[in-house]
Amino acid sequence: MTVILSQLGEFEVPVGPAEGLWVEPAEATAMSGWELRPEGLCRGDVCVPVPPGKAETLTADGKINLAAFWDHMGMPIAHSADGDVWALGEGAENRTAELRSLEAPDFTQPDLAGVQHSLSDHRGKKILLATWASW
Amino acid sequence: MSVWQKLYDELKDQNFIIIAVAMDSEADAARPWIEVAAPDYPVLIDRDHRVAELYNMVNVPQAVWIDETGTIVRPAENAGAYEGFRAMDLETWTMPDDELATTINAQATYIAAVGDWVRLGAESGHLFDADQARARTATASNESAQAHCHFHLGQYLLRHGRETEAHEHLAEASRLHPTSWSIWRQAAEKNETGLAASAEFWDRVKALGDDHYYPPVELAGMPK
Repeated sequence: MTVILSQLGEFEVPVGPAEGLWVEPAEATAMSGWELRPEGLCRGDVCVPVPPGKAETLTADGKINLAAFWDHMGMPIAHSADGDVWALGEGAENRTAELRSLEAPDFTQPDLAGVQHSLSDHRGKKILLATWASW
Repeated sequence: MSVWQKLYDELKDQNFIIIAVAMDSEADAARPWIEVAAPDYPVLIDRDHRVAELYNMVNVPQAVWIDETGTIVRPAENAGAYEGFRAMDLETWTMPDDELATTINAQATYIAAVGDWVRLGAESGHLFDADQARARTATASNESAQAHCHFHLGQYLLRHGRETEAHEHLAEASRLHPTSWSIWRQAAEKNETGLAASAEFWDRVKALGDDHYYPPVELAGMPK
């Protein structure tokens, strides 16, 4: 099994057999938010077409190569030396556009007791989102 | 955190909440601080620095003001810290009196501004309009986005006992995003009190020269 760390969480999936990150389209969607449609790989209204010259590196045998797609889209990606853990990041342009909309990006994190809290739980109040650290 | 709690005590009946997020890869490192402050607002543990990634934060303390509609009215900025520590005597760990006074005053000024916003809302003189807020929003770069990817992977490997490989990715993250003190200090060597305050830290601070460790906050009465 291969571990995938994405913006949506931590996932364990069977991968392979070729080099890259070949996964079932449904799994790709659950892990990344991107969905394979006839017009390409899509998230919301945005679709990235599969260029004819690259079709074989991106899709084969009903699977898609998420790593190759991430490279193709110019999005950040990193993996362990053994290829058993992959991190799929959000692209800088998307991140900046999201922040410039001024809608505060939502997140969910645990407190010390393990209770999950989301920023959006407190919609309707003024929020001071303040970071600190022990170090 | 005790200053935040005092502020929260004064303002919690004003439709206001503080959400504190610890950029700490281990909850146990943050735990004693939280137990001493005993805050009654949420304090979250962000082991992968996800909030820093989302808001393009590079140091602590940084804060964002978010209004009732979920709109950012002051983007991520230094939350009132002043870098008086740069004048610290490293033999005695003491700060000159004037630098200490400036540090205390800067924090008080910032806290007062938060109180002003909570009480006055849109009438507060400390808010940015949308264009001003956008102009002050830190942008992600391809390098900083890639850095957070390596950081995320490095933290996972660290949690799974793969220290050598983890530190390669954490070092790569810092190399790609050198202005992030959070990425560097999280992975750096800590002293007996848990602070990343080694000789290497002080060398990095010295190397800033005229650049700021805590950029001045754009508020009346703040030190430059």
